[in-house]
Amino acid sequence: MDITVNILLTIATAATPLLIAAIGELVVERSGVLNLGVEGMMIMGAVGGFSAGYLTGSPWIGLLAAIAMGAVFSLLFAIMTLSLATNQVATGLSLTLLGLGLSGMMGTSFVGQPGARLPNLDIPGLTAIPVIGRLLFGQDPIFYISIALTAGVMWFLFKTRTGLTLRSIGDSHTSAHALGIQVIRYRYLSVIFGGACAGLAGGHLSLVYTPQWVENMTAGRGWIALALVVFASWRPWRVLAGAYIFGAVWIGQLHAQAFGIPVPSQLLSSLPYLATIVVLVLISRNKRLTMMNTPASLGQPFVPDR
Amino acid sequence: MKKLLIALMAAAAALSLAATAEAQEKLKACWVYTGPIGDFGYSYQHDQGRLDVEKALGDKVETAYLENVSEGPDADRAFERLAREGCKIIFGTSFGFMDPEVKVAKKFPDVKFEHATGYKTSDNLGIYNARFYEGRYILGQIAAKQSKSGVAGYIVSFPIPEVVMGINSFMLGAQSVNPDFKAKIVWVNSWFDPGKEADAAKALFDQGADIIVQHTDSTAALQVAEERGLQGFGQSSDMIKFAPKAQLTSLTDDWGPYYISRVKAVLDGTWKPGNVWLGIKDGAVKMAPYTNMPDDVKAMAQATEKKIADGWNPFTGPIAKQDGTPWLKDGEVADDATLLGMNFYVKGVDDKLPK
Repeated sequence: MDITVNILLTIATAATPLLIAAIGELVVERSGVLNLGVEGMMIMGAVGGFSAGYLTGSPWIGLLAAIAMGAVFSLLFAIMTLSLATNQVATGLSLTLLGLGLSGMMGTSFVGQPGARLPNLDIPGLTAIPVIGRLLFGQDPIFYISIALTAGVMWFLFKTRTGLTLRSIGDSHTSAHALGIQVIRYRYLSVIFGGACAGLAGGHLSLVYTPQWVENMTAGRGWIALALVVFASWRPWRVLAGAYIFGAVWIGQLHAQAFGIPVPSQLLSSLPYLATIVVLVLISRNKRLTMMNTPASLGQPFVPDR
Repeated sequence: MKKLLIALMAAAAALSLAATAEAQEKLKACWVYTGPIGDFGYSYQHDQGRLDVEKALGDKVETAYLENVSEGPDADRAFERLAREGCKIIFGTSFGFMDPEVKVAKKFPDVKFEHATGYKTSDNLGIYNARFYEGRYILGQIAAKQSKSGVAGYIVSFPIPEVVMGINSFMLGAQSVNPDFKAKIVWVNSWFDPGKEADAAKALFDQGADIIVQHTDSTAALQVAEERGLQGFGQSSDMIKFAPKAQLTSLTDDWGPYYISRVKAVLDGTWKPGNVWLGIKDGAVKMAPYTNMPDDVKAMAQATEKKIADGWNPFTGPIAKQDGTPWLKDGEVADDATLLGMNFYVKGVDDKLPK
C-alpha cells in the first residue's frame, strides 16, 4: 500500500509543472496568441524562484518571485507580438533562447548551492490518515494550486462572460474588434497570465521537484506542456488528463526498469510521449468538435485599423 | 534549437575573439562541453580544469569554451568553428564527440585535438580518460557495508562502455563485501535531467533500495536520499552541501593537472597525441571525504583506495561474466582495450544490457 501511495505522490510531482505551464498556455492560445516561449519563461521562473528563495531564506517569497519573473518575461513577448505585431512563432522561439541563456547567466552564482524547499502540507490529524491522508492533505502547496488553477480556468473560459469574450477573440479577432472588444488588452492579460503560470511551473522545479539551481533544469518540459495543449485540443480537463498520463507513464517506466522488466530502456523512455499522444488523439478524435475548439485566429498577428 | 544556440554562442565567441585580437602571441586553448558549465557535475569539473589552466599559465594563454553542445553530428560545427577561430588546442570532453573530432581533426592538421573517454586517435588527435571505475569499486564496498536491505539503486545514463564498466566495478566491490548484494538499475537515457534523476531515485527507493548510486550529473538523486533519510554517493563534484547527512563520499574528477600539462606541451612545442588513462594514483580521480559512515567502513574504504593507488586493478580475476562463463582467470588482470570497449556485465548484475 505504501508503495502505491509513494508512486501516486511521485506522479503528481512529475505532472504538476506540466499541468500548470500547459493551463497557462491554453489560456494564451484560446485568446489567439501562440507563445512558443514556454520553456524560456519556465526556466526564468525557476532561476527567479530559486534565487529569491535562496537570498531571503523563504521559499514562499521564492514562489512569488517565480510567478513575477515569468509574468515580466512574458511581457516582453506581449510587447513584441501585440504592440509591434512581430511574428509570433519567431518571437516565441527567441524568447525560449533568451530565457535559457539569460537564466544561465543570472544563476551562475547559485550553482552548487542548496536551496530552500517549499514544505509539504501538514494538517494535524488529516495528513496522518492512512493512504488518503498523504494524497489529499500531504502534498506540496503548488500541487493544490495546480488543481485549483485548472478548475478556475475551466470555469472562467466556459462559464463567464469574460471567458466567452476571450474565446471569441481567439476565434476571430476582427469580428471581436468590430464589436468594440479591446482585443489587444485581452491578449496582453492572457499572455501575462500564461507567463505567470510558466513561471510558477519553473518555480515548482527549483523549489519543490529538485530544490537546486542548474542550467537547463527544465530539460524540455516547456515543450511538453506546449504539445499537451495542442493534443488536448484546447480543453482544460484534457490537459489535466494529458499531464497525468504523461506523469504516470513517465514514473511507471522507471518503476518497470527498477523492477527488472526486460524491455529496452530506450523504448520505455519514449513511452510517456507515445502514450500521451495516442490517448489524447483518441479522446479528441471527433473532428468537428476539435475544429470547434481550435482557436481559429491562433498565431495571426492583429493590427487594428484606425 | 541546439543548433541555434550553438550558432549564437559561436557568434558571441567570435565577438570576444575580435576584441582580443590585439593581444597577439597568446596560445588559444579551447574546450567543448556537452552539458552546461553550471551543471555542478561533469562539465563543471572540466571547466574547473580550464580555469586551472588560466591560473597556472596566466597571460601565456587565453581560453574559450562552448557549452551545451549536443553529441553527434551537430558537434562538427562547434569544433570547426573553434578551429577556424584560431584555437591551437581543442579539448572535446564527451564520448559522443569522438567522430566529429576525428573528422574535424583531419581538416585542421595544424590544430591539436584531445578527446576524453573515446578510443580513436590520429596524428593530431590524442585521447585521455580517467579510471572512474577505480572509485566505483570503493563505492560498491561502502554500499554493501552500509545497506540494510542489501539492494542499491543505480541510476545510469547511456549504455556506453564507460558506464557499463562502472556498473561492473561497483558490483565487484559490493560482492567482495556481500556476495548476495543486488543493484537495481534504471536507465534514464539522459546525462542531465534533474527531475528525471529525482524520479528515478524515488522509484528505486520505493522498490526497496536504500543506497543510491548514479552515473548521471546532477545532485537531484542525492537530495531525494537526504529527504528520505537514506544514503548515496555524489558524482563528479563534492555534493556534500546538498546532502550533509546522505552523502557517503563522492567520486570526483580533477582534470586541472592534465590540462595544464597538455597546454604547456603545446607552448613548448613538445605536444604529441597521447593515450592516457589517469586514475586515483595520478590524482585525476579523487574520493571526497568519507562521511556518514562508521569508522570501520571508512578504514576499509581508505585501505582499498590505497591499494588501488599502489597499482591494484579492481578488474583482477577470477571474474565470471553475467551468464556464468569465465572471463578472467585467477590473478589475471583485464587489459585496457577490453575495458574501454566493455559491452557485457559481470556475474551478479541484475539487468539486461540495452543494445
